[in-house]
Amino acid sequence: MKRNSIYIFFCSLLLLTVSFTEENPYYIITKKDVRLILPKDFPKPVYDFKNNKISPEGFTLGRRLFYDPILSKDSSTSCASCHQKFAAFAHIDHPLSHGINGLIGTRNVPALQNLIWQDKFMWDGSINHLELQPIAPITNSREMDESLLNVIKKVQDNKDYALLFYKAYKDTVITSERILKSLTQFLGLMISSNSKYDRFIRGEEKFTEDEHRGLTLFRMNCENCHKEPLFTDNSFRNAGISYDTLLNDPGRKSLTGLDSDYMKFKVPSLRNVELTYPYMHDGRFRNLQQVMEHYNTISRQDPNVDKSLVRNMKLTKKDLADLFVFLKTLTDQSFLHDRRFADPFYKL
Amino acid sequence: MFLTNRIKSVLFYISVIGAFISYGFINNSQLKKQKLIINFEHFVGSDALRLDSVLYQNDLGQQFNVSKLRYYVSNISLKQANGKINTYPGYFLIDESQPTSKSIIINNIVPGTYSALNFIIGVDSIHNCSGVQSGALDPANGMFWAWNTGYIFLKLEGHAALSKSTGQIFEYHIGGYRYPNNCIRSIKLNLGEHCKVDPITNNCNINIKTDIAEIFKTPTAIDVSKLSSVTDFKNAGTIADNYSDMFSILNAK
Repeated sequence: MKRNSIYIFFCSLLLLTVSFTEENPYYIITKKDVRLILPKDFPKPVYDFKNNKISPEGFTLGRRLFYDPILSKDSSTSCASCHQKFAAFAHIDHPLSHGINGLIGTRNVPALQNLIWQDKFMWDGSINHLELQPIAPITNSREMDESLLNVIKKVQDNKDYALLFYKAYKDTVITSERILKSLTQFLGLMISSNSKYDRFIRGEEKFTEDEHRGLTLFRMNCENCHKEPLFTDNSFRNAGISYDTLLNDPGRKSLTGLDSDYMKFKVPSLRNVELTYPYMHDGRFRNLQQVMEHYNTISRQDPNVDKSLVRNMKLTKKDLADLFVFLKTLTDQSFLHDRRFADPFYKL
Repeated sequence: MFLTNRIKSVLFYISVIGAFISYGFINNSQLKKQKLIINFEHFVGSDALRLDSVLYQNDLGQQFNVSKLRYYVSNISLKQANGKINTYPGYFLIDESQPTSKSIIINNIVPGTYSALNFIIGVDSIHNCSGVQSGALDPANGMFWAWNTGYIFLKLEGHAALSKSTGQIFEYHIGGYRYPNNCIRSIKLNLGEHCKVDPITNNCNINIKTDIAEIFKTPTAIDVSKLSSVTDFKNAGTIADNYSDMFSILNAK
């Protein structure tokens, strides 16, 4: 009885301190949290933080913006509405992006990770710089449908932001440059490099026999485009999937007007691919088995298909199963559960 | 022997530094740097442009009014009569609805006679690829494409009775910095020998006529009933070619 009351006393004391603390330590970003640690075997990043020095305060501001629905026209949809943390920042089980007023977009939401190694963004590579990428979904009429000027206005009207901007920039002036650069600090630190595959490469963990076989098969059949260690070569290719007459999306050709870009889409990274279903630019394949089956039986008649795919992979059932097992080693639990990227509105 | 060499070299350096210092003094006192102002005056043919209220005609006799005219001027350089070319950094968004935006002030111009003015309509490829920027190049200015990274170099919007777009509007948004859709156009304007920046009488004003009528003609006559909306690369080059001759010197003094 006595022990119980002591226990209750300490518990309530703890609760009191938690409720009196301004911020839950789970959400506090320290200097250590924003250290840019580049994985050893990764190439040199494309994005340079030289003109956008990362700080705990800038990162915290970017995180808040990422999760804040006021960035959309009717304040209903945030970046995180479609980029869900538990799905490696893709939109799980949604073939096409969802925007305000129940509007459906024309392409599948890509996962977010290792963005500072990408030179172009979007399925067609239309965006040439990480800092500018968020403008596309914010202003797209089928996504967040808001103008940058209105975003600035709404952020100015929200009292929380005056303090966040002051902490990050030493004054409360709110500009699109500051909004986008702080978002970039948040997005740029999303680095996934601690999957079982990475630990295997670093010699910290062993692969099972099936995983080993899967890796070998991967290197024989998939590596040409999904290049290690990023699992993409950042190129645009025609993966031999049929043109959807409802979506009318010719891929990169819509951007360049070049026939040679017909149905070319960005090679996506396969990191955390287990969680980012459905697959392809329009989410037409529900699971990885369908994707692998597609590449295994790709039509060799289509003259537009990427040359590296025009060959018979002849993968057996066992091969496909091992490939699948290998792809699952690309899931990075420490990235998926990284508290730094957690929703700050959801205070525990 | 060694010592004298050393003294010699020290003396040499002292005299070189001394020359630089005295040159600097002469420069500051005698050749005071001045201001050059480039004014853009907007016309449709021979009429001064009035937003919204006035109806104009293109060469095909089609009526239109103008509700918005904005364009980027950058990479300004001035050629001196002696052949020397001076470049001036800066990106300027000229906006008919913002009177102060129509004057570009270049400070610290070297006195002399200037014979030619060069600039580009638009934003060079480097600044289309450099991430988020501020000032005239702030993407919030509305002169920026989100669907395909890049600045809109020129926006002309208005109404035309023959337009088949909703609300009978017409809108020409011209941009694109990459081959084969490069819409950056270089403008070269001859100043004669009229732009003299004198160290005593100071400033020089270059008044430029921007003729909107040219956007609709030469080399390609634009039929607003067929082409009322240009908001991507399609037809952008045609319009850019048309407007690359819309600037002329009214006077320079």
